Amino acid sequence: MQFMLLFSRQGKLRLQKWYVPLSDKEKKKITRELVQTVLARKPKMCSFLEWRDLKIVYKRYASLYFCCAIEDQDNELITLEIIHRYVELLDKYFGSVCELDIIFNFEKAYFILDEFLLGGEVQETSKKNVLKAIEQADLLQEKTEAMYHNKSFIGSKKAY
Amino acid sequence: MPAVSKGDGMRGLAVFISDIRNCKSKEAEIKRINKELANIRSKFKGDKALDGYSKKKYVCKLLFIFLLGHDIDFGHMEAVNLLSSNKYTEKQIGYLFISVLVNSNSELIRLINNAIKNDLASRNPTFMCLALHCIANVGSREMGEAFAADIPRILVAGDSMDSVKQSAALCLLRLYKASPDLVPMGEWTARVVHLLNDQHMGVVTAAVSLITCLCKKNPDDFKTCISLAVSRLSRIVSSASTDLQDYTYYFVPAPWLSVKLLRLLQCYPPPEDAAVKGRLVECLETVLNKAQEPPKSKKVQHSNAKNAILFETISLIIHYDSEPNLLVRACNQLGQFLQHRETNLRYLALESMCTLASSEFSHEAVKTHIDTVINALKTERDVSVRQRAADLLYAMCDRSNAKQIVSEMLRYLETADYAIREEIVLKVAILAEKYAVDYSWYVDTILNLIRIAGDYVSEEVWYRVLQIVTNRDDVQGYAAKTVFEALQAPACHENMVKVGGYILGEFGNLIAGDPRSSPPVQFSLLHSKFHLCSVATRALLLSTYIKFINLFPETKATIQGVLRAGSQLRNADVELQQRAVEYLTLSSVASTDVLATVLEEMPPFPERESSILAKLKRKKGPGAGSALDDGRRDPSSHDINGGVEPTPSTVSTPSPSADLLGLRAAPPPAAPPAPLGAGNLLVDVFSDGPAAQPSLGPTPEEAFLSELEPPAPESPMALLADPAPAADPGPEDIGPPIPEADELLNKFVCRNNGVLFENQLLQIGVKSEFRQNLGRMYLFYGNKTSVQFQNFSPTVVHPGDLQTHILSTWSSPLAPARPLQAAPVSGFLDHERAQLAVQTKRVASQVDGGAQVQQVLNIECLRDFLTPPLLSVRFRYGGAPQSLTLKLPVTINKFFQPTEMAAQDFFQRWKQLSLPQQEAQKIFKANHPMDAEVTKAKLLGFGSALLDNVDPNPENFVGAGIIQTKALQVGCLLRLEPNAQAQMYRLTLRTSKEPVSRHLCELLAQQF
Repeated sequence: MQFMLLFSRQGKLRLQKWYVPLSDKEKKKITRELVQTVLARKPKMCSFLEWRDLKIVYKRYASLYFCCAIEDQDNELITLEIIHRYVELLDKYFGSVCELDIIFNFEKAYFILDEFLLGGEVQETSKKNVLKAIEQADLLQEKTEAMYHNKSFIGSKKAY
Repeated sequence: MPAVSKGDGMRGLAVFISDIRNCKSKEAEIKRINKELANIRSKFKGDKALDGYSKKKYVCKLLFIFLLGHDIDFGHMEAVNLLSSNKYTEKQIGYLFISVLVNSNSELIRLINNAIKNDLASRNPTFMCLALHCIANVGSREMGEAFAADIPRILVAGDSMDSVKQSAALCLLRLYKASPDLVPMGEWTARVVHLLNDQHMGVVTAAVSLITCLCKKNPDDFKTCISLAVSRLSRIVSSASTDLQDYTYYFVPAPWLSVKLLRLLQCYPPPEDAAVKGRLVECLETVLNKAQEPPKSKKVQHSNAKNAILFETISLIIHYDSEPNLLVRACNQLGQFLQHRETNLRYLALESMCTLASSEFSHEAVKTHIDTVINALKTERDVSVRQRAADLLYAMCDRSNAKQIVSEMLRYLETADYAIREEIVLKVAILAEKYAVDYSWYVDTILNLIRIAGDYVSEEVWYRVLQIVTNRDDVQGYAAKTVFEALQAPACHENMVKVGGYILGEFGNLIAGDPRSSPPVQFSLLHSKFHLCSVATRALLLSTYIKFINLFPETKATIQGVLRAGSQLRNADVELQQRAVEYLTLSSVASTDVLATVLEEMPPFPERESSILAKLKRKKGPGAGSALDDGRRDPSSHDINGGVEPTPSTVSTPSPSADLLGLRAAPPPAAPPAPLGAGNLLVDVFSDGPAAQPSLGPTPEEAFLSELEPPAPESPMALLADPAPAADPGPEDIGPPIPEADELLNKFVCRNNGVLFENQLLQIGVKSEFRQNLGRMYLFYGNKTSVQFQNFSPTVVHPGDLQTHILSTWSSPLAPARPLQAAPVSGFLDHERAQLAVQTKRVASQVDGGAQVQQVLNIECLRDFLTPPLLSVRFRYGGAPQSLTLKLPVTINKFFQPTEMAAQDFFQRWKQLSLPQQEAQKIFKANHPMDAEVTKAKLLGFGSALLDNVDPNPENFVGAGIIQTKALQVGCLLRLEPNAQAQMYRLTLRTSKEPVSRHLCELLAQQF
């Protein structure tokens, strides 16, 4: 996979993941072009299209479009299910995920994606294993945050 | 499950995001962002050391702002600090920031690499994974240099956690893709292959991707993976739908892993070991059988996952292309999908069938679906699906169904989307030519194309029909009759007028016996279209008229009258005016014999690859070749027309149209045309034409359809056959320059730096400097893709006055580079007539994706020259050989040395150079706005000095300079007179050498 984009029906980019080196300018250009192309398509149309020398696979979930660019010999249908599995992961993690979850917790959306796909390839397809990795991180986060809050409290007292 | 703490750790971030979302306008958003940036900046710069939490929060805000599309130019250091935090969450945000906002700031990269190194050594699997993710996300060369050697160790270490192995495998894959040279092969490779046996399905899933990539470059090293992959696949395929627990996806066992394993197997030919092969065939059959079973779930995810495996299986079957039984079964399965209610499946079935159509085992089976496919072309609502249907029809076409397919495609063309019309036109034109049994059908088809979609019929298409009609005398009469009828339509497309004009001019005599198409009728029919046509068409028609004078002496008076009319003789367009004047004179001065010789019928065109096919390939770009190439092993297609062989290059830059059809691409004449038997008149009249062979048509319009090389012997066998495909061509035979070569060259006449060429794959930049008769040029070849170019070899050749005259030292990897100083000297001694010595340095034969290589050229101008050297670039991209020939931007004016002189001296020298052949003059239209400053800059860029206060008219420009060559110096004076009112220029060059005057004049005239 060369990149993945999440954008809203209004064309706002919500997540971008690039697996090939491109300049920021190119990324912006590609994004603009693809958002426009995909949004212009009608609901019953097929989920695949040729674009430059790549294949675009996209699917809409509620207000969000998930759009992947894959290479010529890559499998379109399995890519469609990559998208679906990612949506399932987000859904399980956030509990009925909606666009707002992804806006406000964008960093989490990136972390989950990194556990699932790495370097543009599927790393781990088990939902359980992906979420386990993220939850472990959350546990660590809570632990350290608790520590942090205590320390800062004491620390600030000492400072004064 | 722990309560998810959705970002509640960073309230400030949530508030900021809400603020942004509440902004009513873009301006308000920018204002809010700027405020936040100022705040963060002051926090980062403040005296108080920030604690980790605040740093994390601010870095995260910066990241958010960046992802909104704004530029971020600070905060990198703080993010790097977070990397060395002991708190997982801070580290994680730090890594995310680095992954998204990589910066090749070397100072920073060192710090980042340091942090990564610590985390990799930490033995804490979560930290290790974070570090590996970061390397995989950034994938830069610097990171490759730092870690490519460590990661294989982590990957195969016995004590690495499964999650670490997974990340390490894909991290290594990314590094290998970015810089394969940095990843050392070694003892670990064997152990990587054995990861296919790993108990953990996730590890296998990650490892297969890595192995697939590695084995493409080193197939032999990884050969053992075949049997391992087959047994793994077989275990998955035969497992019950619940065996694999969490790796079962909607009742489909491990679909991602299955697809990846099938992809891996496509890197190899069918297994040699009979047992392995048997097991694999069993797997493939099981997959095909399962497709017939009722679905275990109604969910689309179930069918998608199942069919993903099925399509990958079919790809493997097609790749092997050796099991007729499986191929036919695959084809039947796809046939079922052609009528599936899911658009996605119909699309994929059409796409997959395209490749099946090119297998001799399944070609017939594919053909049975023709009606369904035609129906899809008519009824599919999605244009991308219709496009696939058109592709498939093209792929399944052979002699037996060509008429049906061509007529369906023609019908479709009437309603086709504008975006794909040109491609359909090209395909129809190719099929019609390739499978034509009788050429009247071919002519009908092409004329129909023009009628239905005239605007989309490119030059290549109508040139081609003219070539074929010219070369086949059995169809000429029919063609003349048909175009004559077509022209009678009240409104016909201009392309029809062009074809009609040309054909009647050549073969109108064949239908002149019929009173309904007598010469005067033919002429008045053509002339009735004349005034509605563009200049180019009118120019062509004028040539037809002069041909008529020869064919039908009775029309002479009428036609002379037309030529003599003020609208022709004083036409504002130079080309039309010139033709009218010359033709009129020719028709009145030359005797009938001379006229008959000059205006003889065109000789047959030499045969070569259809320019249409080349154009279609260019349009589709690389990758589409397999579906479009006509390399079908269909023995029947070779017998009569000798199917058009695919050319090795899909980019096919040396398009035959460059020399066969490109008037503008023709090099300027190197010498004045040889005087003809007809007398001096012709020399004057035709001195602008690129060729002056008596048997060729006299006008530039016709000459551009002709070739300088002798025509091929005419035989029905050779007519459409291609020359035998050459074996891998050596560096010497470089193709003709691409059609745009002259245009690209023109851009560099007045400047030395810029982008010489760019397409989807490659960009070539030029930087050059010239002093006296020496020059140095830097060529920058940039690989725009993510894939490595192999066998990359740029070569410079100077055609000189003899085609075989080669002066450069080869930079091909086959020949060692010659010592630096040897080349120009030996070049000069070896070839006394050598004009240029170009000496190149070898460049690396591999260019990585996204990388750029530089080549230095040393150039010495030995004597004056007219044609620039050619730069031929060859390489392999994704296995397909690419080649491209350009004109190197080295023109004679580069060796100009500006000379200042007083008005008096100037005029004295001007007078000294007063012989007619020393002067070259051109009057031409301004192609760009007439701006004195721009003109001045161009003249200076051209190389001459600009002399003020010389010309009495201050609007005019006067320049002087000396062209420095090793053998001689050529003094040049120039004068440019702009006429703003008429938007015209007059350019006069005087030099001591006649060809130089003319050449400089031509070069410079194209710049304004």
